[in-house]
Order: sequence, then structure tokens, then C-alpha cells
Amino acid sequence: MTSHAEPPPTHICGKCKVTLALGKVTATYLGSEFPIELWKCPGCGKVLVPEWLATGKMLQVEQALEDK
Amino acid sequence: MDREQVKRWEAQCIQEQPPACTTACPVHVDARKLVECVSRGDFEGGLAALANAVPLPRILAHICDHPCQTQCKRMEAGEAIEIGKLERACAEHGGALRETRAQTARNQRVAVVGGGLSGVAAAIGLTGRGYAVAIFEARPRLLERLRLMEESILPAQVIDAELAVLSRLGVIVRCNVLAPDSIAQEFDALYLATGPEPLGADPFGLSRNAQGRIQIDPLTLATNVAKVFAGGAQRYSPAPYSPIQSLADGNYAAVSIDRFLQGASLAANRDNQGAYPSRLFVNTKGIAASPAVRATGSYSKEEARQEAARCLPCQCLECVKVCEYLQSYGSYPKSYVRQIYNNECIVMGMRKANRMVNSCALCGLCTAVCPEDFSMNDVILDARRSMIRIGKMPPSAHDFALRDMAFSQSEAFALARHQPGFQSSLVAFLPGCQLSASSPEHVASCYEHLRKSIDGGVGLILQCCGAPALWAGNDEKFQQALNALEAAWSSLGKPRLITACSSCYRMLRDHLPQIPVEPLWPHLHRALRANNIPAQRTLAIHDPCSTRGVSEVEGSARALLGELGITTVELNEPGLTTCCGYGGLQLFANPELAEKTVARRAQQSDADYVTYCAMCRDRFAHQGKRAIHILDLVFADESFDPAARPDPGFSQRQEGRARLKTRLLQDVWGEKESIMESSIELSISEEVKALLETRMILVNDVRRTIEHAERTGDKILNPKSGWTLASFRPSCVTYWVEYSSAGAVFVLHDAYSHRMEVH
Repeated sequence: MTSHAEPPPTHICGKCKVTLALGKVTATYLGSEFPIELWKCPGCGKVLVPEWLATGKMLQVEQALEDK
Repeated sequence: MDREQVKRWEAQCIQEQPPACTTACPVHVDARKLVECVSRGDFEGGLAALANAVPLPRILAHICDHPCQTQCKRMEAGEAIEIGKLERACAEHGGALRETRAQTARNQRVAVVGGGLSGVAAAIGLTGRGYAVAIFEARPRLLERLRLMEESILPAQVIDAELAVLSRLGVIVRCNVLAPDSIAQEFDALYLATGPEPLGADPFGLSRNAQGRIQIDPLTLATNVAKVFAGGAQRYSPAPYSPIQSLADGNYAAVSIDRFLQGASLAANRDNQGAYPSRLFVNTKGIAASPAVRATGSYSKEEARQEAARCLPCQCLECVKVCEYLQSYGSYPKSYVRQIYNNECIVMGMRKANRMVNSCALCGLCTAVCPEDFSMNDVILDARRSMIRIGKMPPSAHDFALRDMAFSQSEAFALARHQPGFQSSLVAFLPGCQLSASSPEHVASCYEHLRKSIDGGVGLILQCCGAPALWAGNDEKFQQALNALEAAWSSLGKPRLITACSSCYRMLRDHLPQIPVEPLWPHLHRALRANNIPAQRTLAIHDPCSTRGVSEVEGSARALLGELGITTVELNEPGLTTCCGYGGLQLFANPELAEKTVARRAQQSDADYVTYCAMCRDRFAHQGKRAIHILDLVFADESFDPAARPDPGFSQRQEGRARLKTRLLQDVWGEKESIMESSIELSISEEVKALLETRMILVNDVRRTIEHAERTGDKILNPKSGWTLASFRPSCVTYWVEYSSAGAVFVLHDAYSHRMEVH
């Protein structure tokens, strides 16, 4: 999966009270792993999965993996 | 899937069986294809279709006695297609044929005695297989009998032009000669096609029949002498002369002689040689009758096209015509079986048929309409079970439905109790989880009525019958559900069950035959007499597919409607109801298809529908179709229009079940169950509600996500909008919820989910 940069730079982690920053995360499903760049909390690592990703590319990849 | 079983399934579907015109033909000319070519004006293609099965196609096209026409299905709606005349049109307008070529020469020699249609056809067939062939004809020319025909029927130039093929193939033609006595020594095999007359003296010592003709095996055309074969009018006389039969014998002889010279079995795999009845079913009901195109002499191109356009053409597709699912994948069961089997056999790469396997509603309509009782249901269930066994069932396909089922099996809903004041149950009421979900108030009313009208104790069982697990192909979960239901029944002393759910009825009948079960409907007659004035209205009745053709259920529902003063209009012939799109979990694996499935049914009549399945009713409501559950009429509430009640949706269904249990425990058993009411009060707009429904996200999951976020602080804040975004992963799905708070109320703005884990 390629990197996605969305423009909501002002999101704040509810626990750590710091602004989310782009960072490397790993998406896994059915034994497959994909490195991906998403907004996450520099403190606790909480990741934001935006709606467009969850209902778009992510769903496509999930379905493709399910049919493999 | 078992390979042999797959083959049996494939053989059961008749769509690829040749049509009656082809099987009535001794050489199986693909007349359907020929006619189809003509209808497009492709006379060359038509002639090629003829030439594919027939040596000397242009001669035959003029004189064939066309047994095909006697079996033409068009006769059931008008007159048979004039296949004979269309063949002639192909010969006249089809131009030149691709030239036949002799195969690589073999060193064996075959003699053909008799230069009629049968002998010449055999000679062509044998040179085509690489043998050196000589024809011996006593008369001056080949095909002498055909030359006696009128020029208007068979022009002499057609005969001469067609016979030119023999010299191209290198056939040696000896006319005006009798076969030499030494022929048996000179040739490796012989074909005697000497016409209808009894045979004179022969040098071979052939066995004869009472009429003095050669005794010939009808399948292989073998005689009592190993290398000598015989056929044509010599075999079938005194039956009248049949050009196509004579020619067919020539074809069969070529096959036999080839096998004889190769040392192969003469008789093996010839079951379908010659004419036989077609298995292809063709429904001609509703097809407008039309007469054949008349013409003096042969057809012009345009006349031929018009006549060919009358061809149906013959095919079965009975199941495909009535099923949105079978239609949507563009083919028919035989091909689907192969695709499904191949899908399972894939080692590396995409399993492209997974969704197809999971989209069938398992409603059984295909079997009901199939002339051969083909069951897509059996194929699909076998495939789903198999996918689960090999670990290739897509996890998302049935996950939501199975979690909903788990809810119904949980403490939140499941219950088995004797009637208060009783230590045993004469009968027990099993309302089913979908009626409980959709109309909990009706379940309470029914139970009250049963307690009043039946002495001896009426127990109550709230439980799922396991249908979703069966449909998902999940044997383990299905067995667990059956065990739980049986345990509930046993705990009440094994009473007779009365059910309001067609699926429960079906599951019990098919999988727990030790449990006696009957439909609820006959038990409500007395309730009516007490409460109701007949309604006097007309409704179209929809039977749920789970009790297709089960007269005890279908009949008792109609009897009850009759007593209610309802005139019912049938939407289909008995046993041919269609699915609402929930069956087989179609709704979860393929929601778009489920929409089409229910829409197709909803559009059948403008009348309001009445049904006795809560799920069917709600599916119609979801489609905007006015529909009433039979209990809406029994326990009528004048204050509102039950046909306008919207589909409650997934979330409300679960809530409905939970509230039903709480209410019954309180009202019937006097137990105040302290349910953990959520501290979260939600405000959800209709728009967001619809979104939740489409995305299969339960309000309860939203509530848990917000609770989790508010309790732990595990959330993301958007200072710009002031909204909060929270995620929660209770099991295999991560839910994301965007909300804001207005006082004590949380306003839901958006929700979505994914199955991937992200770290």
C-alpha cells in the first residue's frame, strides 16, 4: 500500500494531548503485512485511519486478500 | 468438493444437451447452429455447420428427408422450422466449401462395394482417416439412384460438383464392374452398401436374414465375417429409402472400419450413435404461434432469413429465467459447477468465484423449476463447507450474520422456561429470532394467547435454530446451535414445539427430526374469534422460501388469512415462491444482488403483500414495498398502518430481541431483570442511521466505541470541528466513530470500519 497524506494536521491525541504527525505504521490482514504512512500520535502511537482509506483502498486490499 | 460428485452435477444440468433437431438426426447435424447462421444471413456458416456432420452436404441439402423437423419444438407454437429448406438455401447461397483433405496416408486398403450415398459417404470418411479406398459400382455412374430424381429437386450439376471431391481425395472409382471374387484377399476391410435388394451370391459366406439380406449388427454394421461390414438400404430395407440414414450408415461404417483396422473396440462409446430423444427441456409456454414461411420452390435469401428467425432457439435455462442470482453471473448451472470446482482447486492466485459461491440465496427455486431436479443449493452448500474446511472462506462474508446469531444464542436473548405455575410443558412456543427482532409485541401477544388457549402448560423457547450457520457452510457453529436448541427442548421435558418461523420449522424438520414441530397459524383461529372482525381486503400472498411447498405451513397460513376475511392473490404457482434476499445470507455476501432479488419479487404485483415470515416482511419494507405480517392482522392495531412500518434494521433487531426477553421475564414471570442500561445517550440522524445499516455497523458497536473512548481517553480530537474520533476493536473489526457531545447526549456524525489491523 502506498503512502497517504491527508491534510488534517491539527488532530490531537486525546491521551497525550499532542498533535498527530505522519509516521510509518504497519497494516496487517490474514498474514500479509503492508508498510504505510499515516497520521499517528508521536507519544502513544495511536493511529488515525481516515474514512476514505478504510472504505476505499483498505477495503479493496482486504477483499483481495480474502480471495487469495 | 468430490470430483465424481462434481461430474454428476454437471451431467444433471441439461442446458448443454443437444436440441431435439440434432438428436433426431442420424448424424447429429447442428441444425440449431445452421438455422442461427441463416437468421444472420450467414449462409456460408450454415453450410459449414451441415458439412461438419455430413459428407456431400450440398447433395443432402437438396434431398434430406429431415427427421429433425418431426421433433422441432416450434411445433408446440405453430409449425416446425423448415430445416430442410434452410439447408437447401445454405447449399444454394453458401458459396464454396472449404476443401476436405485426405489425412496422412496409412498403408491399409478398404474396398467399398456400391456407389450410392452410403458407399460414397463411407469412402469419404475413410479417406479422411487416411485409408486408401476403392469404390466398385455395377452401374455406369455413382449415385445413380439420385440421378433419377427430378432436376427441380436435385440438379444433376450439384451431384457432379459434389462428386469432384472424390478425385481430390484420391478415391479410386470403378464403375460398370462387379466386385472381383478376390476382393477379400486384396483389401484389408470391406463395406458392402449394395442397396435394398437381397444379396446375390457372395464369396465371403455371410449370414443372411429371412429376406435374404445380410445380417448386420445395427450399432457397428459388422457382419459375421470380421473384415466385412455392410449397411445402407441393405440394412434398413424394407423401410423406405432415407438419404440421411443411408449416409449415416456410411459414416458409422467408416468409424467401425477404422476401429477394426486399429484393433480398437467396435462397440465402445457409441451409445449416442444415431437418433435418440433429446434431454434438453424447452419451455414453449407463452411463445406466440407462427406459421412457416411459404415459398414456391426453394427459399430466397430473405425468405430463408425470415424462416430461420422463427427458431426459438431451443434451450432450457428454466432456473436462470427465474433467479436473479443465476442470471447475474451470466451463465447457467453446469458452467457454474465447473467454475466453483476450479475456484476451489486454485493453489496460487485469486479465487474469483468466492463471491459467486457466497451469493446464492439457497432458496431451492432452481430445483423446483428444473426438469431434472438440479439443486444449486447442494452445490453451493458443499462449496461453502469445503471452503471452510480448507480455510479459504473469506472471513468477512458471513461474519456479521454469525455474530448476530451468536447474540441470539447469548444470555441477552436465549431462554427456556415452563409457563409460570407449571412444572412441565405440554407444548412450547418457539417464536424464532427474526419475529422476536422485528415484532416483539406480537411474540408477547402470541405467547399470551397460547397460554390462555392451551391447557397443560405452554413453555417458551427463545433461541436461534442455527439457520445462518447452516447457510454459511459452518458445520461446527450449526451443530452447536442444534445442540443448544435440543438442550432447551430437553430442559422443558421434550414437548411439542409450536413455531412462528418458517426457517425454524425447516431446520427442526430436516435436522432435529426427533423434535415434533408444528406451525403457529392453526392455533390462532380461536384468538381471532375472540378479538377480530374480518378485515375484508385483498392481499397478495408471499410464501417464505424456507417452507417451499410444505403444505402444512403454507396451507395453515392461508386458512388463517381466510378466517381473517382476507382474499389472497397468489404471486406464483404452488411451490415457486422466490427469496427475499436474506436466504443463504445473500444479503451479507452480496447486498446489491439481495436488493435486486427482493425488488424482483416486490414488482410482481401492485397489491400490498402479506407474508408469515418476519424477515421477508422487513425486506419488502426495506424496498419500499407495502407488506404486512400475518400477525399484524391477527393482533390488529387500528391506530396504525402495519404495511407502512419501516424495516427496523440490524440494530433495532438486536435491541428488539433483548427487550422482548426483559419484558417477558417481567410481565410473565414477574422477574425484574436488572439490565445494564448504557450510560451513553445517542442522537443519530436518519441519514447516519442509513449509513450504519449499509455499513453493517450496529448502534451497540457505536455505543461501545464511545464508552471505551470516554472511559479511557483513547480518542483523537479535531480542534477545528470540535468533534471526537474514536476507534474500538472488540473482535475482528475495528470501528471508527466520529461524534460530538451536546450536554449528556452524544451526537453521531459518522461511523466506518475495517478489518485490517494497524499498528
